[in-house]
Amino acid sequence: MPTRKFTALDALTTDPAALLSEWKKELLASGATGDLRNKADELDAHAEEFLTLLGKAAREGTLTDLQGEAWQPPRKYLEELSSIRARRGYSSSQTATFVFSLKRPLFARLQGAIDDSVRLGEELWNVTTLIDELGMLTVAAYLRTREGVIARQQADMLELSTPVVKLWDGILALPMIGTLDSARTQVVMETLLERIVETGSEIAILDITGVPTVDTLVAQHLLKTVTAIRLMGADCIVSGVRPQIAQTIVHLGVNLQGILTKATLADALELALERTGKEVISRSRA
Amino acid sequence: MDRIPILRMGRLLLVTIQVDVHDSLATQLQDDLSSRIVQTGAKGVLIDISALDIVDSFIARSIANMAAMASLLDAQCVLVGMRPAVAITLVELGATMVGVRTALDIDRGMAMLQAGLAR
Repeated sequence: MPTRKFTALDALTTDPAALLSEWKKELLASGATGDLRNKADELDAHAEEFLTLLGKAAREGTLTDLQGEAWQPPRKYLEELSSIRARRGYSSSQTATFVFSLKRPLFARLQGAIDDSVRLGEELWNVTTLIDELGMLTVAAYLRTREGVIARQQADMLELSTPVVKLWDGILALPMIGTLDSARTQVVMETLLERIVETGSEIAILDITGVPTVDTLVAQHLLKTVTAIRLMGADCIVSGVRPQIAQTIVHLGVNLQGILTKATLADALELALERTGKEVISRSRA
Repeated sequence: MDRIPILRMGRLLLVTIQVDVHDSLATQLQDDLSSRIVQTGAKGVLIDISALDIVDSFIARSIANMAAMASLLDAQCVLVGMRPAVAITLVELGATMVGVRTALDIDRGMAMLQAGLAR
């Protein structure tokens, strides 16, 4: 033993190459690596770089100040790594195990170097605190990335799901796909009303064929949209009411009176044409 | 005190609200409009709110009241040119103006009134 007492930090800094190979063995056994095909080199590089940064931080920093300046490089690297892994489709436990699997090699080193059981307990606690802290960081970064992905997808969906199409001169249609929640109704309402003003259309058809269920809340949103359209001075027809939906609406006791409903978009278009004084006739073949 | 002008066009009255309406102005307009309908014997009233950015529940009720008064005095009332943002706000406020006829713009509102007069 060197003159200085062996501590948790020494466990991180002495003989990094051996620590790396022990850690890698542990990583492979734990299944944290996911599908290793084509990625074995990458994992090695990640592990090595992280360990280098961690060793450097252990030499410069203290265990009492894990938020300090010295620990920033490994923390930052770990955050980046976690967000990359989140995007690549690793599970959260795989991502966390990357850090947690470092525990066993470190414990083994401490056990080998310290005989005094009280000191051993202390140093084990230090290592545990450090690794737990890093593990929490990993999970937090992983979740942040995942949430970012979800938020982006939601925004994409909102944009995709509100196409206002012009069916005829003075007739607009809005085929709605997916569940109607408050946020989407708001967007739908705004786009539709804007387009009514732009095009001067007198009739708007809301097609709910793609709306999976109509409950009281959805019905209320529909009512709101129809009322707003009417306030602007245009008429609204709701089309695409499927048999099951008609049943649900009646069973729920939702009052859709005052809303013009049609079974299909074709029926609604026919009514709209009639309202605007147009008629579709078949031409007799000469 | 400024007033909202009420213009006469044949058998119709045209009210174009160009300024932000505060409560006393709305009350004043109700008085003015009902007396003008009686004076002129107008058969139709067109209220244009296309320049209005903000409509609160009081103004909305005043407009609904004006429409009801007009119909009591045997004049049809059409509200035209409501902006999308105003429509959304009114719906959220629950001021749905039941019984008020609406049209997209002055042209269509006029056509609506003329059709009513022809009958």
